[in-house]
Amino acid sequence: MTERRFPARAWFTAFRGIAWRETLRFVQQRGRFLAALVRPLVWLFIFAAGFRAVLGLSITPPYQTYVLYEVYVTPGLVAMIQLFNGMQSSLSMVHDRETGAMRTLLVSPFPRWFLLGSKLMAGVIVSIIQAYTFLAIAWFWDIRPPAWGYAAVFPALVLSGLMLGALGLFLSSAIRQLENFAGVMNFVIFPMFFASSALYPLWRMNESSPLLHDICAANPFTYAVELIRFALYGEMNWLAFGVVAGCLALFFGGAVFMYDPAKGLWARRKERG
Amino acid sequence: MKHLLILVPALALLAEPALANRVFVTNEKGNDVTVLDSETLEVIGTYPVGNRPRGITIAPDGSELYVCASDDNLVRVFDPQTMEEMHTLPSGPDPELFVLHPSGNPLYVANEDDNLVTVVDVKTHQVLAEIPVGVEPEGMGVSPDGGIVINTSETTNMAHFIDTETFQIVANVLVDSRPRFAEYNHDGTKLYVSAEIGGTVSVIDPATQQITGKITFEVPGVLPEAIQPVGVRVTNDGKKVFVALGPSNRVAVIDGETDEVKDYLLVGQRVWQMAFTPDEKYLFTTNGNSNDVSVIDVAAEEVVKSVPVGQQPWGVVVAPN
Repeated sequence: MTERRFPARAWFTAFRGIAWRETLRFVQQRGRFLAALVRPLVWLFIFAAGFRAVLGLSITPPYQTYVLYEVYVTPGLVAMIQLFNGMQSSLSMVHDRETGAMRTLLVSPFPRWFLLGSKLMAGVIVSIIQAYTFLAIAWFWDIRPPAWGYAAVFPALVLSGLMLGALGLFLSSAIRQLENFAGVMNFVIFPMFFASSALYPLWRMNESSPLLHDICAANPFTYAVELIRFALYGEMNWLAFGVVAGCLALFFGGAVFMYDPAKGLWARRKERG
Repeated sequence: MKHLLILVPALALLAEPALANRVFVTNEKGNDVTVLDSETLEVIGTYPVGNRPRGITIAPDGSELYVCASDDNLVRVFDPQTMEEMHTLPSGPDPELFVLHPSGNPLYVANEDDNLVTVVDVKTHQVLAEIPVGVEPEGMGVSPDGGIVINTSETTNMAHFIDTETFQIVANVLVDSRPRFAEYNHDGTKLYVSAEIGGTVSVIDPATQQITGKITFEVPGVLPEAIQPVGVRVTNDGKKVFVALGPSNRVAVIDGETDEVKDYLLVGQRVWQMAFTPDEKYLFTTNGNSNDVSVIDVAAEEVVKSVPVGQQPWGVVVAPN
């Protein structure tokens, strides 16, 4: 396919169309918004409250002093919101493919990377609204990062949201049926979440099992969590930034490749068909 | 009015560059004192000070630093600038905690093993009196006018009121189990005595020597027996009282007017003693089990940092200048 040139307005219209559809889907499914909030809140109110005495305390950067477990786990839960959101977009891609809405999208004359990128961006916007709502509720639970941390975390949320969304897109290209989504839950979301620095600092993992520590240190989700954690306290974690940006490029590149009709999944389908 | 408008910001400017003070922390196990800078909150140095240093205080003019070297059975006196030992003071056996008269002399020392309070003249280095008190004396407090010294005895569970003129006990107040610390508010209208095992702080009216109230503590997620009040500090305006709660790893913030707990601040492990900076910007806490000092922003009622010091930090004092 040769790329045609479009006026800037046309690009914007296309982006708005995709983003609007995603927003509508989000707004109209109030249950989804609630579910997206309930999940981290349950972790915060019940899990963290119960575990704060058991898991003990630690000083680990960016914290300057001892923090309650609730405070430690909050950035991890923000990243969890984005992880689920990314997987949700992956689910909606599979759904779109089954219902045929995907075809409408992909026959558009815009380049594929732009269409996928728009969809990704739309998902990220939704996840950021969820993340800030969660942080606002956490504020009333006495989890109060410095005021400027709320601004500093925004770019971090965009980047980590894009990375996790891109992962979802990439995975969606490999899932043929909606039913397989449960597999994604078990094989992607849970291991990614638990084997990361979201729930425990890495040094604590190292105390119990060096292997587990290495697994956590190789998990891109760990770096999304740390990027958000440092940003929330007004600090920059360059390693986390690098890993998240690198993974974003990798996953998004993979997704664009897989959704290319001439290559990836579609090519495989043709071969079989 | 106009002049006032100019004057106020000018004064504010004068007050602004808060001069750093030196913070001295005794490390009971490390046998040394860690010195911190009260502005940068960084360690300046560590200096050996004898065996098992616990109580620490400083002369009102900042010229002499006094350290209870418990296992040396004496009080060592240092130059706070150089940390060179100047001389020692006789203290009686096993000195644990002491308090300096508001004028800077004499020093009242609790001798844990001998059930005595020893009064030492810091100029002549002579023992002025030995006052028999209850069993296991520890906490020492002095009234703002210097007329009364309080000693708490950990086993007798009493706060003894000692007249500083006659060296006689004038009153005893029974408090809860294992009283560790006594602290007056700055106008001398209230006396706070913490009880480590009892888990309470008794509020005593010094005029009538009656307990007027008892502060109790409850930290969600912390076992009640881990809540062991030790150190108590009151701001100059009497509005905020801070109580170190030992192995619950919390410092309670109490409204000094209503004596109600407002908040619990998370600090390091086993917090015992505390000290304000002279401007009351910060409060330093010694966390014996995590080997660090937590720094509390007094106005914001927030812990801003925890700084590693030596082994088993016990006492803390901030130089007045």
